[in-house]
Amino acid sequence: MCGIIGFMSRKKRMIKGDKIALALDSLKERGNGKGSGYVGYGIYPTKYKDCYAFHILIDNTPKFEKIKVEVENVLEQYGTIVKDEEIPTEDGIIEKTQIPWRYFYEVDEKYADREEDVVVDIVMEINDKVDGAFVISSGKDLGVFKAVGWPNEVAEFYRIDKYEGYMWLAHARYPTNTKAWWGGAHPFNLLNWSVVHNGEITSYGTNKRFVEMFGYKCRLLTDTEVVAYILDLLMRKHKIPVEYALSALAPRFWDEIDKMPEEERELHTAIRLAYGGAMLNGPFAIAVGTPHGLIFMNGDIEKDTTMFGLTDRIKLRPLIAAEKDDMIFISSEESAIRRICPDLDRVWMPDAGMPVIARPWK
Amino acid sequence: MIPSYVPPKYKVEVDPNKCMLCERCTIECSWGVHRREGDRIISYSNRCGACHRCVAMCPRDAITIKENAVSWRSHPLWDIDARADIYNQAKTGCILLSGMANAKDHPIYFDKIVLDACQVTNPSIDPLREPMELRTYIGKKPKQLEFEFVEEEIDGKKIKKAKLKTKIAPNLKLDTPIMIAHMSYGALSLNAHLSFAKAVKECGTFMGTGEGGLPKALYPYADHIITQVASGRFGVNEEYLMKGAAIEIKIGQGAKPGIGGHLPGEKVTAEISATRMIPEGSDAISPAPHHDIYSIEDLAQLVRSLKEATRWKKPVFVKIAAVHNAPAIAVGIATSDADAVVIDGYKGGTGAAPKVFRDHVGIPIEMAIAAVDQRLREEGLRNEISIIASGGIRCAADVFKAIALGADAVYIGTAAMVALGCRVCGRCYTGLCAWGIATQRPELVKRLDPEVGARRVANLIKAWTHEIKELLGAAGINSIESLRGNRDRLRGVGLNEKELEVLGIKLAGE
Amino acid sequence: MEEVVIDAKDMHYRELNEKIHQILRENPDIKKIVLKNVLGQRFIGNGLQKKGLTIEIYGIPGGDLGMFMNGPTIIVHGNAEFAPGNTMDDGTIVIYGSSGDVTAHSMRGGKVFVRGDVGYRSGIHMKAYKDKVPVLVIGGRAKDFLGEYMAGGIIIVLNIDEKGNDLGKIKGRMIGTGIHGGAIYIRGEIDKDQLGVAADIKEFTQEDLEKIKPYIEEFCKWFNLPEDVKNKLINSKWTKIAPISKRPFGKLYTPDLM
Repeated sequence: MCGIIGFMSRKKRMIKGDKIALALDSLKERGNGKGSGYVGYGIYPTKYKDCYAFHILIDNTPKFEKIKVEVENVLEQYGTIVKDEEIPTEDGIIEKTQIPWRYFYEVDEKYADREEDVVVDIVMEINDKVDGAFVISSGKDLGVFKAVGWPNEVAEFYRIDKYEGYMWLAHARYPTNTKAWWGGAHPFNLLNWSVVHNGEITSYGTNKRFVEMFGYKCRLLTDTEVVAYILDLLMRKHKIPVEYALSALAPRFWDEIDKMPEEERELHTAIRLAYGGAMLNGPFAIAVGTPHGLIFMNGDIEKDTTMFGLTDRIKLRPLIAAEKDDMIFISSEESAIRRICPDLDRVWMPDAGMPVIARPWK
Repeated sequence: MIPSYVPPKYKVEVDPNKCMLCERCTIECSWGVHRREGDRIISYSNRCGACHRCVAMCPRDAITIKENAVSWRSHPLWDIDARADIYNQAKTGCILLSGMANAKDHPIYFDKIVLDACQVTNPSIDPLREPMELRTYIGKKPKQLEFEFVEEEIDGKKIKKAKLKTKIAPNLKLDTPIMIAHMSYGALSLNAHLSFAKAVKECGTFMGTGEGGLPKALYPYADHIITQVASGRFGVNEEYLMKGAAIEIKIGQGAKPGIGGHLPGEKVTAEISATRMIPEGSDAISPAPHHDIYSIEDLAQLVRSLKEATRWKKPVFVKIAAVHNAPAIAVGIATSDADAVVIDGYKGGTGAAPKVFRDHVGIPIEMAIAAVDQRLREEGLRNEISIIASGGIRCAADVFKAIALGADAVYIGTAAMVALGCRVCGRCYTGLCAWGIATQRPELVKRLDPEVGARRVANLIKAWTHEIKELLGAAGINSIESLRGNRDRLRGVGLNEKELEVLGIKLAGE
Repeated sequence: MEEVVIDAKDMHYRELNEKIHQILRENPDIKKIVLKNVLGQRFIGNGLQKKGLTIEIYGIPGGDLGMFMNGPTIIVHGNAEFAPGNTMDDGTIVIYGSSGDVTAHSMRGGKVFVRGDVGYRSGIHMKAYKDKVPVLVIGGRAKDFLGEYMAGGIIIVLNIDEKGNDLGKIKGRMIGTGIHGGAIYIRGEIDKDQLGVAADIKEFTQEDLEKIKPYIEEFCKWFNLPEDVKNKLINSKWTKIAPISKRPFGKLYTPDLM
């Protein structure tokens, strides 16, 4: 059992991180203090806005400097480190087994036509080859902050209240089948995809081997990692419209497909045939932040980041959505939303396997 | 002269106190074990293969069959079989013929693999009350889908709409991932085939013709039948190819990799002659290789030729015996336009095979599935071709494990025959099957009622299907595609590190 | 003291529930406890035995509201999270808003009234025993798997919006899947393919109407619905869903030796 919460201002108003921390704190009953994490979108709006912001956890051991050099060697192969620094943290709150480091980074111009693929390659190379370092976020103008600890501890440790973003996702972890460690806490991120997840993916073995065929490497020991890679594969690389891509994750049942009109039936059959390996089985509720350029099935290309929530198709995990003015919320529990926004315009329970998608206002 | 160097394997006894001399056993035993002499039944034990027909039919429960209690001087190397085989070959100078599957005491890896179940962190799913999807599509899948955006006018408003651009190749739709393997009409009786055909239609799955052609009596079930093209090309013409739901090229068979087949002339009856399109009474010989396939590119040629002949409407499968190089061969098959690769493990059954092949050639199906699936993934081809596994699938758990290792579906052969009553006595090649399964003798064939047979085979498939659903539910999975290649849900017991590595699974406790 | 008010703001559920128990211990005559600013506190009313006690909640109570409860009445002015009425023995839960998944899970007595909608698998494994017949009345709609495994009791779906207007055709899938006791009454039409395994549509008789009428009336009373709405509800077309058999899966197993 884990707790998830995400919100977004469709006006792209900047909201301080203490709001998300407060909301997550009220979900702490769903975690056990063995991992909490936050991701903020729009937190680096200054001169680093267009840089890839790599957040990297490096083992806090005497080998730290050596590992850091190895990380930088990988980065420098493909581009330029514009700036790097330790992510500011507060002492004395949690045991600092890792040192979080951030690099603002530009990919070399010669890779201009496949810049994002190069970033994916960098993430996979560091996670797979550099012993003692893990990339926890690699998108632009966003950052993941996560560690082993309770929601309020991790928020204080990273001074979450010092950041401002227009979209935040957060997670309180109760680890199920893997150990509690910093890299295993949520959110899981790749490029601008960030995923927080409540549940367990019983199809993980199938999903992992599916994405491995396309060059992704699952190295973070938590099933949720694979969700970020599936989303990247389906929506960025294969350009599947978001509604259909999410239908690959939580497909329509065959008995529903059989009753659809021909064109729709063929489409949903094709999704299940081509992307059976991407289907997520087992209980899940996820909240996801997305990159720019998401395609919708009506042909719109979303120029901004969006947020969506999705549950498994037989609804084994809770998910509540709510609206207030420009704000959209997704959470495991309504009370977490009302903790930061007591007066809501609308609260609803999304249907099983059907996405709720929040898009910025034009 | 000594009548036989080899003592009878079984001892048949008819209890004279129970026997009422109805002579049923003398009629039922097609091998002539029983004979009436005066007021008692005499049994020639040396002809008995323990097929149980007489036991099953005796109204007085008077017949007992036991392992013959003749002791052989025990020796760990020179076991009874080794000596008995030599006596037979010394007498005849012939290749030893055998039926059924590899009889050597090799490990059965399926039995060294255990399954996972949910406890606490995710809920088991109750398949009786919640949706549980076993539907499986066999055939080519696209590596990725492509969409195009077409402008449409809806209520006066122009709206762009995503339309699927990718065309999906024809696939077979299976309601359960269990099919019945290719066993030819000739090796098996028409009633055995009719039993299978009715059962697969009822269960929403498929059966194979084997290489014996498609008898007219099976035409009503042809949309649930996969026709086979083997090296003998018996019965193969345009009508045959178009009639079935899919076509399977048989390169090899798990029970006898590397060699062909031989249906003796005495089994080529009028109906079989008509179905195979060869003269009555002449031998039907399937060469070891296809003489138009001497290399992989020739296979691709045949695949495409069959596709042309059927206007690219029928999926084409390629069946190979599981041999050392199966993964590389599978990659070749995957790039040949074939829709599925069938891998037949060395525990696969046969009506007749040289014993030296049956017992010594080929590799375990479990290793073959794991290696082929892994290799196809490394080449990025796994999605484009289905894997069908066969050879020694005995129960629902075997099916489940085969799929978790990487198969899409399985073929069952022996298990389907056992459902019909087969006792695995291994004498199919004699054509005297007392149960009417592996015979062409009309008086024996009619012992198998196709309606009863179909009921039994359908029951078996349905029972396994239920069990697979239960196992899936316990694993917290509600659709079979999430089991496929999901080796995380398997663990090995009593396997060494290398075995685990090839199977791609962890040891129990890890 | 007959009535006590607790401000639950920022209170952990253990503290809040301890307070309730303390009040009960100290005030044998207590009739009503009012909880203000409730936000996500779980287990409110858990295992309480006191008949005649009313707990009135303002806010959003957390999961397992009234679990194992045997007697009291809980009134929620707001939505409830998952599993209100879980394994409840007796008493009444009245929810003015909607409730989450597995509402009335394993309930074996008492009544739950939800004015709005309920989540997935509501009424799952409700069971009746002798004079104990649990009742779940849903004002709006239920999500899929309503009354799954149901072994006894009554589920009533009124299918009206907040103003009492009809919501239209019920959409849920797998209704009553695995049901082997009790009955589900849905106002309006249901297609057969919306039913789960072992569920069947049975004739809705006068006897059925007499059975559900008092609960519809009680629902209308709790939520102040006008007379015309009440009459409409009672006089509507009802669909009754009940088990095909008490042992729907009796023929599934075979001994391994025949």
